[in-house]
Amino acid sequence: MADPLLSVRNLSIDIPVGGGTLHAVRGIDFDLQRGEVLSIVGESGSGKSLTSLAVMGLLGKQIDRRADRMDFDGVDLTRASRRKMRSLRGARMSMIFQEPMTSLNPAYTIGDQLTEALLLHRNVSREAARDRAVELLEKVGITSAASRLGQYPHQLSGGLRQRVMIAMALMCGPELIIADEPTTALDVTIQAQILRLLVDLVREMDMAMILITHDLGVVARVADKVAVMYAGELVETGTAGAIFNAPTHPYTRGLLRCIPLPGKTERGSTLGTIPGIVPSLIGDISGCAFRTRCEHAVDACRGDIPRREEDGHMFRCVHPQGRRTEEEAPA
Amino acid sequence: MTDMTDPLLQEITGPTPGQLLRKRVFGHQGLLIGAIVVAILAIIALLAPLLAPHDPYAQSLMDRMQPPVFLGGTWEHPLGTDHLGRDYLSRLIYGARVSLMIGVIAAVISGVIGTAMGVAAGYFGGKVDAVVTFLINVRLAMPVVLVALAVVAILGGSLTVVIVVLGLLLWDRFAVVMRASTLQVRRREYVAAAQAIGASTPRILLTEIMPNIVNNLIVVVTLEMAHAILLEAALSFLGLGVQPPTPSWGLMVSEGKNMMLFEPWLVLIPGAVLFLLVLAINLMGDGLRDVTAPENRN
Amino acid sequence: MLQFILKRLGLAILVAFTVSFISFSLLFLSGDPAAALAGETASGEDIEALRKLYGFDRPMLVQYGDWLFSALQGDFGESYYFKLPVASLIAERLSVTMLLGVCGISFALLTAVPLGVAAAIRPNSLIDRVALFLSVAGQAMPSFWFGLILIVVFAIQLGWLPPSGASTWRHFVMPTIVLGYYAMPAIMRLTRAGMLEVLNSDYIRTARAKGAPEMRVMFKHALRNAIIPVVSLAAVQMGFMLGGSIVVESIFALHGAGFLAWESIGRNDLPTVQALILIFSMFYIVFTFLADVLNAWLDPRMRSS
Repeated sequence: MADPLLSVRNLSIDIPVGGGTLHAVRGIDFDLQRGEVLSIVGESGSGKSLTSLAVMGLLGKQIDRRADRMDFDGVDLTRASRRKMRSLRGARMSMIFQEPMTSLNPAYTIGDQLTEALLLHRNVSREAARDRAVELLEKVGITSAASRLGQYPHQLSGGLRQRVMIAMALMCGPELIIADEPTTALDVTIQAQILRLLVDLVREMDMAMILITHDLGVVARVADKVAVMYAGELVETGTAGAIFNAPTHPYTRGLLRCIPLPGKTERGSTLGTIPGIVPSLIGDISGCAFRTRCEHAVDACRGDIPRREEDGHMFRCVHPQGRRTEEEAPA
Repeated sequence: MTDMTDPLLQEITGPTPGQLLRKRVFGHQGLLIGAIVVAILAIIALLAPLLAPHDPYAQSLMDRMQPPVFLGGTWEHPLGTDHLGRDYLSRLIYGARVSLMIGVIAAVISGVIGTAMGVAAGYFGGKVDAVVTFLINVRLAMPVVLVALAVVAILGGSLTVVIVVLGLLLWDRFAVVMRASTLQVRRREYVAAAQAIGASTPRILLTEIMPNIVNNLIVVVTLEMAHAILLEAALSFLGLGVQPPTPSWGLMVSEGKNMMLFEPWLVLIPGAVLFLLVLAINLMGDGLRDVTAPENRN
Repeated sequence: MLQFILKRLGLAILVAFTVSFISFSLLFLSGDPAAALAGETASGEDIEALRKLYGFDRPMLVQYGDWLFSALQGDFGESYYFKLPVASLIAERLSVTMLLGVCGISFALLTAVPLGVAAAIRPNSLIDRVALFLSVAGQAMPSFWFGLILIVVFAIQLGWLPPSGASTWRHFVMPTIVLGYYAMPAIMRLTRAGMLEVLNSDYIRTARAKGAPEMRVMFKHALRNAIIPVVSLAAVQMGFMLGGSIVVESIFALHGAGFLAWESIGRNDLPTVQALILIFSMFYIVFTFLADVLNAWLDPRMRSS
C-alpha cells in the first residue's frame, strides 16, 4: 500500500483547567490514505474535534499537543514551523466547521471570503479567483452564483452558508478536508443533501476526508474507515464493514444498539441505551475509561489495556473478543 | 457493575456556589485592595473629630504655609498649613467626610431615580420603555459639568445643593444598566412562572426581578459614587461647588493652585488623596463586577 | 437603512427640542430672573424695568417660544456682561474648543485602540497589565489635578511647554493629553473586550483555517468587527469631552467656549450660559447621530436591512 497521506502516532492533547489538567486526548493513532473517507465517531467531549484541530494546528496557545509524529504527505506537522503550517492550511488541507451561522465573517462579502484563501496561497488574479469562486458555488448547488458573491453572510440561510463553507474549503483544491460535524447545525431536511454533496465532491476530486460526527447513521452511508473515540481514546478502528458487521469493543456495540440501521435492527425491537456518564478526564487516568459503564467490566480493566489488532481491525479491551467469556466471570 | 469506589467516578461534586464566591472574592487583588482602602478612608471620615490634630477651620495667620514634615516642617502640622494657617492634615481628614458624604448620598439619590426608571422600562417595555429611553437620551445630551455649574451658581453653592444637583444628574448609568438587566431577567422562565401563578406585579418586581439584578446595581452604585466625588471636586475646584471654608479636596487644590509654583505640595497632597479614594472605589466596583458576574466582564 | 436614519433623525430632533426647553428653564430656577439679574442692591423699580426690558413679565412658554424661534435663526440674544450678541461671542470662541476636542479624541483613539488590541492579543501579558493600569488610573484621575501636575512638571520644572494660552500648537499639547486621557480608559476597555470576544468567534478560526497570517487575522478579520461599537463610544466621549472642556480650558487658560461658559456662569450671564448648554448638547446629539449612521453603514447586517 502507498504511504498514507496523513499518519498520526500517539497524539495526546492536554488542557490546563482550574485545579488540574484535562487529558482530553490520550495517545491516539490513525492513518488516512489518499481518496479515503475516515469517520471519527464519539459522544460530545470525546476529543474528536480537538483531534481535528490538532491536525490543522489550530489549537489555542494554552493547549498542549504532543505526538510521536503527525505526517502529512511526508511533512511532520509536529515539527513544522508556523509559517509552514500556514502554507498548508487552506491550501493543501482545509476544514469545514460545525457552525455555518457563525463561521463566516459578518463584515465581508461571500466573494471576499471565498477568494481569500486562493489569493493568499496561489498567485492568481482577482478575476481568476472570482471565476473559481463562481465555479465552486455552482458546484455546491448554489443558483445565480455570480450574484451571491456580493452578498453578506447574514443574507443567506444556514444551508446556503454551509454550502459556501464547503466551496470555501475546496477553493485551493486541497488533498485533505476535515469536516467537523458539518451538518449538525442544519435542519434535518437538508442534512442529508449537504452530506451527500460533500461526499460526492470528495470522491470526484479524489480528496481524503476526515468526517467527524456523532451520527452513526451518517457514518454507515459514507465512510471507508471508522474510528470510534471514547473519553479521549480510540477504542476501536477498522473498515466501515468491519465496524458495522463485527463491532467488538463493548462501547462500539453499545453505540450500534442505540441507532436503527437498515437491515440490522429488527423490526419491533427496542433501541438500546448506554447507562452511566462519561468520566471526568481531569487528573491521572489509568485503565479503560469505559469500565464504569461497561457490562463486562472486571478488575483487570483498571490496569493496562492491551491493543488487539487483526487485518487492520483494532480494538482495546482486556477481553479478547471484547466481551466476558464464561471462564472470566467475576468472583 | 457500577463501582462507586472507582477513581473515574470521583470529582463529580465540586465546591458549592458560596465557596466559589468566597474564593473569587479573596482571590481578587483589586477588589481586596480597593475595599481595604475605602474602608480605611471611611473610618477616617467617621472618626474625623478624634483623628484630626487641629480644628480644620482654625486660622492662624502666624503659621501660614508651613511645609509638611517631609519637607522640613514640624510634627505640630504633619502636612503643613495652608495660606490661612489652617492645619492641612486636619482639613484633609475632614475633606474625606465631604467627599464620601457627597459620593454616598448622590449615588443613593441617583440610584433610586435611575433604578426606578430602568426597572420600569425593562419590565413594562412598550411606551414606558420608549419614554425612559428618551429621557436617558436627553440626560446624556446635557453637558453634566456645565449644567451642574450653572445650577449651583444660580441656587448658591452649598453642600446640600451640590449633593442634590449631582444626585439629580447622575442617574443615567443606573437607568441604562438596570433597564438592560431587567430586560435580561424578565425573559427568564421563573418570571413567567410567577406571572402564571398570578403573582402581583410589585411582588414579581421585588421577589423575582430585584434579587437578580442587585449585583449589577451594587457595581453601578460604586462607580457612580466615584463619579460624584470626582465631579464635586471639579465643581469646587472651579469655585462653583462647595464654598469656602468647607474642607473639600477640590477646593483645597484650587486654593493651593496660586502658590503651586513655590509650594507644589499644596496641590499634590489633596489631589493625590482624591485620586486614591476614587481609584479604590473603582477597583472595588470593577472587582465586584468580576466576582459577581464574570460573564459581564468588560 | 434609510428608514433607520430617518427614525434616528426624528429622535435626535425631539431630544434637541427637549434639551432646549430644559436649558431655557434654567433661567427660572432662581425664581425671579429679573431680581437675580438686577442684583441684591437694586430697587423694586429697577427690577420692574429690567423685567419689562427682557420680557420676563410674559408667560414662560411664550418666552421660550420667542427664544427658541430666535435661536433657530442663530440669534441667542445679548450677553448681559459683554452687551454683545451671544451668537458671535460663542462663534469666536468655538474654534479653540473644537480644535481641542478633535485633538483630544484623536489622542484618545490613537492610544486606546492600539493598546486595547495589543492587550487583547496577549491577555495577562505585560502590555495587558500596563494597559489595565493606565485605564484604571485614568478613570480615577481628577483632570484638573492631572492638568496642574503637567503644568508643574512640563511648564515650570522642565520649561518644555507653555503653561497657558492658545497661540501655538505647543499650547495644545498638555490640554490634549489631559482631555484625551479622560476619554481613553473607556475606549481602551471596549476595544480590548470587543477584540477578546471577536477573537474567540468561529469566523476567526475560519480565517486561521484558511492559512491567513496572524496580522491579517487580527486586523482585517478581528478589528474590523471589534471596532464597530468603538465608533459609537468615541462619539459619546467626544460629546462628553466638549462638555468637559470647561475644566481643561480653565486650567490652561485656553479661551474657548468652555472658558467662556466658566466666566459667564461666574458673571450670571444667563443668555450666554443657556446658549452654551444648548450648543454643547447639540454637538453631542449630532455626534451620536452621525456615529449611529456610520455604525449602521459599517455593519452590513444593518446596512442592508
